[in-house]
Amino acid sequence: MSGSDHHDHSHGEESILTDIQKRVKALESILVSKGLVERATIDQIIEHFENKVGPHVGARVVARAWIDQEFKRALLEDATKAINSQSDFPQVGQHLIAIENNDSLHNVVVCTLCSCYPWDVLGLPPVWYKSAPYRSRIVSDPRSVLKEFGLELSEAKKIRVWDSTAETRYLVIPQRPVFLGVKSESELAKCVTRDSMIGTGKVSPLSEDNVNG
Amino acid sequence: MDSMHDLGGMEGFGPVQPEDNNGSVFHAPWEGRVLGLQRAILYSEAWNIDVFRHAQERIHPIEYLSWSYYERWTHTLIATALERGLFSLDEFRAEVSLTGNLSESLKVLTVKGVDKTFVRGNFERDGIHDPQFSVGDLVITKELHVNGHTRLPRYARDKIGTIIAIRGRHVFPDAVVSHGAENPQWLYTVEFEGCEVWGEASDTTVSNLVDAFEPYLSRPEYD
Repeated sequence: MSGSDHHDHSHGEESILTDIQKRVKALESILVSKGLVERATIDQIIEHFENKVGPHVGARVVARAWIDQEFKRALLEDATKAINSQSDFPQVGQHLIAIENNDSLHNVVVCTLCSCYPWDVLGLPPVWYKSAPYRSRIVSDPRSVLKEFGLELSEAKKIRVWDSTAETRYLVIPQRPVFLGVKSESELAKCVTRDSMIGTGKVSPLSEDNVNG
Repeated sequence: MDSMHDLGGMEGFGPVQPEDNNGSVFHAPWEGRVLGLQRAILYSEAWNIDVFRHAQERIHPIEYLSWSYYERWTHTLIATALERGLFSLDEFRAEVSLTGNLSESLKVLTVKGVDKTFVRGNFERDGIHDPQFSVGDLVITKELHVNGHTRLPRYARDKIGTIIAIRGRHVFPDAVVSHGAENPQWLYTVEFEGCEVWGEASDTTVSNLVDAFEPYLSRPEYD
């Protein structure tokens, strides 16, 4: 269906982009003119999502759960309450639910109906999380989809696929790999990848390769 | 409504294309502007998140699949603003207000107030009714085809599952969109064996979990 006229297609995409830029600019301008929006507020929202919130928040939560059994127990009971009880974590919204992987169970999270995602601990969702290929097939054939991410699970391992269909939000607590050895919380946090907290990726052995660093 | 957004269980979209962690948050500056505008409008209470989601569901299926996420947001915000009279088409084209100021009737998100909005809102509500189901109960999801907004995906309809958690009494998205009322309902996490959803030949190690509002559920009847 696609690709038969590749040159025209990419040219078309360029003009769509121009069109969308115009629309966004017009929307912002009219809302500013209407007194409903302040441009500086929009700047600050962008700044927040670009620089403040992101997977590094969730990674610290996971690392603390690996080190501190009492925190982990509280986290699995009520993740919102547990995180908000820690003075050095940013406040998170209600109904955040932590789900823990173990030797016999793997958890993976999706939103098949839109793109619900635990923004306050992971930041904005990656493009694939919002895409049709992921949303359609992770529920029916998770093992194959996870393989596309390079995550090969043993055939005996149970997989739970959590569809975020309401205002609950799910954070996967990956297993602490033995190869990480003894490390500090901040060193461990650098190994916790975004995808490992969605359930589609591994914990990284090389902290310096990770964006959380 | 049963449209393109309800993607769970469909086939033919090809493999997932993972994106590494190092990608920037926004892929173009306009995406960030749209995100900011969407958050400012939600704060104003011109409409809520359920209305915004339903507006995206009403995008034509061909456009739903061909537009990017933030393209969908842009078109949805403009269409909903026009539909709800935030501005007229003439005003949108002129990019200038011809009929007065909205800040008198709607809340304006200021730089000073923005930090507070980064903590997600709470959708749980008090009520007098006890939940109808308990953890461990078997339930069957209804074969619902709502002509509006609903949060029970097609793949999880008319399926038998087990309640594994009660999440509290939450604003009911179906009611918010259909008649502008919160009509709070108990929310449960229901677990379905993969074979119940995807057939006997499917992977027996898989289970599917959805968060289902009480009106989506009933007790299974046996002969």
